[in-house]
Amino acid sequence: MALKKLIGGIVVLGAIGAGAFLFITKPERLPAETWLAAGEPDLANGERIFHAGGCSSCHAAPGAADDQKTVLTGGLALKSPFGTFYAPNISPDETAGIGAWTLAQFGDAMKRGTGKNGEHLYPSFPYASYARMTVKDVGDLYGYLKTLPKSANVAPEHDLPFPFNIRLSLGGWKFLYLNDAPRVTLASADEVVRHGQYLVEGPGHCGECHTPRDVLGGLKVDQWLAGGPNPEGEGRIPNITPAEGGFGGWSAGDIVNYLETGFTPDFDSVGGAMVSVQKNMAQLPKEDREAIAAYLKAIPAH
Amino acid sequence: MKFKTLAAAAALAVIGAGAVVAADEPQVVRQEMMKKVGGAMGALAGIAKGEKPYDAEIVKASLTTMGEVAKAFPEQFPPGSETGHETEASPKIWEQMDDFKAHAAKLGTDAEAVLASLPADQAGVAAALGTIGKNCGGCHEVYRVKK
Repeated sequence: MALKKLIGGIVVLGAIGAGAFLFITKPERLPAETWLAAGEPDLANGERIFHAGGCSSCHAAPGAADDQKTVLTGGLALKSPFGTFYAPNISPDETAGIGAWTLAQFGDAMKRGTGKNGEHLYPSFPYASYARMTVKDVGDLYGYLKTLPKSANVAPEHDLPFPFNIRLSLGGWKFLYLNDAPRVTLASADEVVRHGQYLVEGPGHCGECHTPRDVLGGLKVDQWLAGGPNPEGEGRIPNITPAEGGFGGWSAGDIVNYLETGFTPDFDSVGGAMVSVQKNMAQLPKEDREAIAAYLKAIPAH
Repeated sequence: MKFKTLAAAAALAVIGAGAVVAADEPQVVRQEMMKKVGGAMGALAGIAKGEKPYDAEIVKASLTTMGEVAKAFPEQFPPGSETGHETEASPKIWEQMDDFKAHAAKLGTDAEAVLASLPADQAGVAAALGTIGKNCGGCHEVYRVKK
C-alpha cells in the first residue's frame, strides 16, 4: 500500500515535471505588435542583410553558380554529429517555400527558432545568432526575400537518429542556449566596434563555426571565436581571436582585405565553406567589413 | 673534443638526409608549388594596389610561374600521398581527380591568356588579378581542408 502510494507519488511528480518542462520550453512566439516596428521594408538594406547573413550559402541549390545564388531552393546537406540536416526551400514559392509566411512567422523563426506551425526548429538554422538581429533588419530581409525567384523544389526531410529526431527535446536546448545577450563584454567599444559586434554575433553568425561546441551542440561561449573542429566534417575552423602567433598578427586592414578579396596577408587564399562566406562579405558596404575587422581586433584573445 | 665534432657532424648528416628525403615527397613539392603561386599573386597584388611600381618583367614572370605550376601541380598527387607532411589536400582530390585537374587547367589557361595580352599598367594588372584570383578560392573551396 505504502509502496503503491510512493509509486503513485513519483508518477504524479514525474507528470508535473514533464508538464513543467513542456511549459517552460514550449515554442515561443514574439508578441504580434513586435513587427509593427519593422515598417515598410527597405529592400536595399534587406539585400545587405541577406549577404551579411549568408542565406544563400545554405539555402541556394548545392553547387549553384554565382548567378543562381538568389534562387533559394534548399536541399544542401549539412552533416553533423547529430545527423544530417537538409536546408529547406526559403524561396517565395507559396507551397514549397515560405511565400505564405507572415512577417511574424518569419520573425519568430529567425529570432526564436519557432516554425510556421509552432514547432521548434533545429539550431542547424542559426537562430541562436539571429536572435540578436533588430526587428527592422528582419523585416527588411523578409521584404527582400519576397523579391527573389520562386522555386518549387521540395527539400528532403532532416535525417536524424533517435533521440535527435524528437523536436520537443529542442525546448531544452533552447532553454540552455537561446538568448540574445552579447557574446562578449567589450569595455570601451566605440560605435564601429559595436556595429561589428552586431554583424558578427547576429546576422553574420560567425560563432556558429568559429566557436567550439559542447556535447549538446551548444556554443562554448567562454571560447568565443577560438576555433575548433569543423562541425561539418574534416579539418579545423581557425581561431579568429587576436591570439599571438596567429590571427592576432593580422592588422584590421588585413582582415578587411581578406573579406573583400579572399587573400590572406601572405597570399594564401580562402578555402572550404569560408569561400561562399567571403563572397557574401565582399558584397557588403566597405564600412561593414571595417566594423567586423574592428570587432575582431577588440575581442578577448584565446 | 673530437668526439663532439663527430657527433655534431653525424647529427647534421642525419638532419640533412631527412631534409633531402622530405623535399622529394609529393606533399612537400606541392606545398612549395602553392607557395610559389602565392608569391606570384603577392607580386601582382602589390602592383595592382599601387604599392609597387608597374614592372612588365615582374608581371610576366609571375604569370609564367602560375602557368607552369598549374601544369605540373596535379601530377603531385600520386596514390599514397593522401596524408602526411601536414598535407591539407582533401580526399576529394582522389575521388574526383578529373574535376581537380580541370580546376588546375583553368588556372593555367587564365594565366596564359593574360600573359598573351600582357597588362600594360596598374589597372590592367588589377583586372587580370580579379580573373586569375578566383581560381584560388574556387579550387580551395572543394579540394583543401585546413588542419
